[in-house]
Amino acid sequence: MRALAAQTAAELRLTLRRGESVLLTIAIPVGLLAFFSTVKVLPVPAGVHRPVQFLAPGILALAVMSTAMVSLGIATGFERQYGVLKRLGATPLGRPRLLAAKTVAVLAIELLQVAVLVGVALALGWSPSPGEAPAAGAVILATAGFAGIGLTMAGALRAEVTLAGANALYLILLLIGGVVFPLGSLPTALADVARALPAAALSDALHAALGGGRGGAGAWVALACWAVGAPALAAVTFRWE
Amino acid sequence: MPVIEVEGLVVRYGDVVAVDGVDLTADAGQILALLGPNGAGKTSTVETLEGYRRRAAGRVSVLGLDPARDHTALTRRVGVMLQNGGVYPGMGAGEAVRLFASYYDDPLDPAALLERVGLAGVARTPWRRLSGGEQQRLSLALALVGRPQVAFLDEPTAGVDVQGRQVIRTVVRELRDAGVCVVLTTHELEEAQRLADRIVIVDRGRVVAAGSLSELLTAGAGGSIRFGAPAGIDVAALADRVGAAVTEVSPGDYEVATDATPAAVAAVTAWLAQHDLPLADLRAGRERLEDVFLRLTQRQ
Repeated sequence: MRALAAQTAAELRLTLRRGESVLLTIAIPVGLLAFFSTVKVLPVPAGVHRPVQFLAPGILALAVMSTAMVSLGIATGFERQYGVLKRLGATPLGRPRLLAAKTVAVLAIELLQVAVLVGVALALGWSPSPGEAPAAGAVILATAGFAGIGLTMAGALRAEVTLAGANALYLILLLIGGVVFPLGSLPTALADVARALPAAALSDALHAALGGGRGGAGAWVALACWAVGAPALAAVTFRWE
Repeated sequence: MPVIEVEGLVVRYGDVVAVDGVDLTADAGQILALLGPNGAGKTSTVETLEGYRRRAAGRVSVLGLDPARDHTALTRRVGVMLQNGGVYPGMGAGEAVRLFASYYDDPLDPAALLERVGLAGVARTPWRRLSGGEQQRLSLALALVGRPQVAFLDEPTAGVDVQGRQVIRTVVRELRDAGVCVVLTTHELEEAQRLADRIVIVDRGRVVAAGSLSELLTAGAGGSIRFGAPAGIDVAALADRVGAAVTEVSPGDYEVATDATPAAVAAVTAWLAQHDLPLADLRAGRERLEDVFLRLTQRQ
């Protein structure tokens, strides 16, 4: 228990100490939320009058993706490259406790992100629907899916490739994830592909739970598939050295 | 009963045989050096003992446990220093020691350990800003913080300055005196010579010699005189004068097959003086470890 607590605290400290990680997980989501809520340049779905109503759930989805996929994937990739994971393998910490520490650290960062982003969104005039429980469920499923994607990259690719790949994926999913503008603005074929990906599935589910859009059962099916499939793929393909 | 027992160890990477039938034993309170050129199979051997590598054949036991099967139990009793650090680059030295201490039930005091390896002054400096020598000493501290009964140190003094080497050697000797079994790998003769109670010379995956330093120096070191002089001197003429065979072992390096008596040495030096030839160096009697090492690991 002491080792798990110490490892979790260390993971959290290292994450918060990396400027680029704080930029990606806190500053960029807050910036996008504040900018597009006040500067009305992007389309919003029919029936939504204030952009923040649509943006807040989408940006929460982006925040989850930045922590669980990008930040976790890049950090783990470099830990593998620097031999940290190999060295830890010779200690009594063990893989289950290492994974548990990373999981708790990711969830803690997400709580921090939610607190900051909800605060900013409320200040910008967001009035969410009372759907905390389904929203939390969607975030947990999406966290598992995104972490699976990030760890699959971290465990198979060189750290520099993971760094570039995770950031590229972040940008793509930001654009086709229903994060800053609705999927309805995309060509139908692209929107259909996007709906099967975890970013759009999460923002759909959050829009359905918190208001600002509609989400169907399809989003939950996609989230569940990613939550099971991606970590399973990571577990099978991960190389520790 | 030996702490480490290895019999007929074979490690393969695909078709490449890295370790080809190695036998070893090491006891508590002993420093064993695995000495060999780069690529000899030292790290593969040690990493099998640490539980990282699967063996293709052979029997391996560390503290009575199988490193592959009983890895978890072994991690509590074994300290490991890898060749390349393995510390979070952004983590401070003190932070790293405290974190690793939390993994063990009865760790050493982190502050005292930092002091012991001479890193108290850089306790707050992150790994990536430490010098090569400081990184090695931090790695050593992390290997020791759990009070191991066996310490595996892979090239512990590589890239370390003179003062750092002194610290590492002192700590390694303290471990031995406290009853720890220390296994270190090195390609540096001097390190093995200074530290080890027992030296195992490995080359191309096989043990080519094993024993204490004096055993290694005596074995096979028949009486001879070796000297350095310009390449291509008239060895036949010298052989006539000394009354023993003279061979040019490598260009400019000669061996005279006779007991190193004062008279024989005098005959060699007199002949060189007579022909106005400079004498680069002269070794009589026992071989140096370097000679043993080169003789045993000479690439054909």
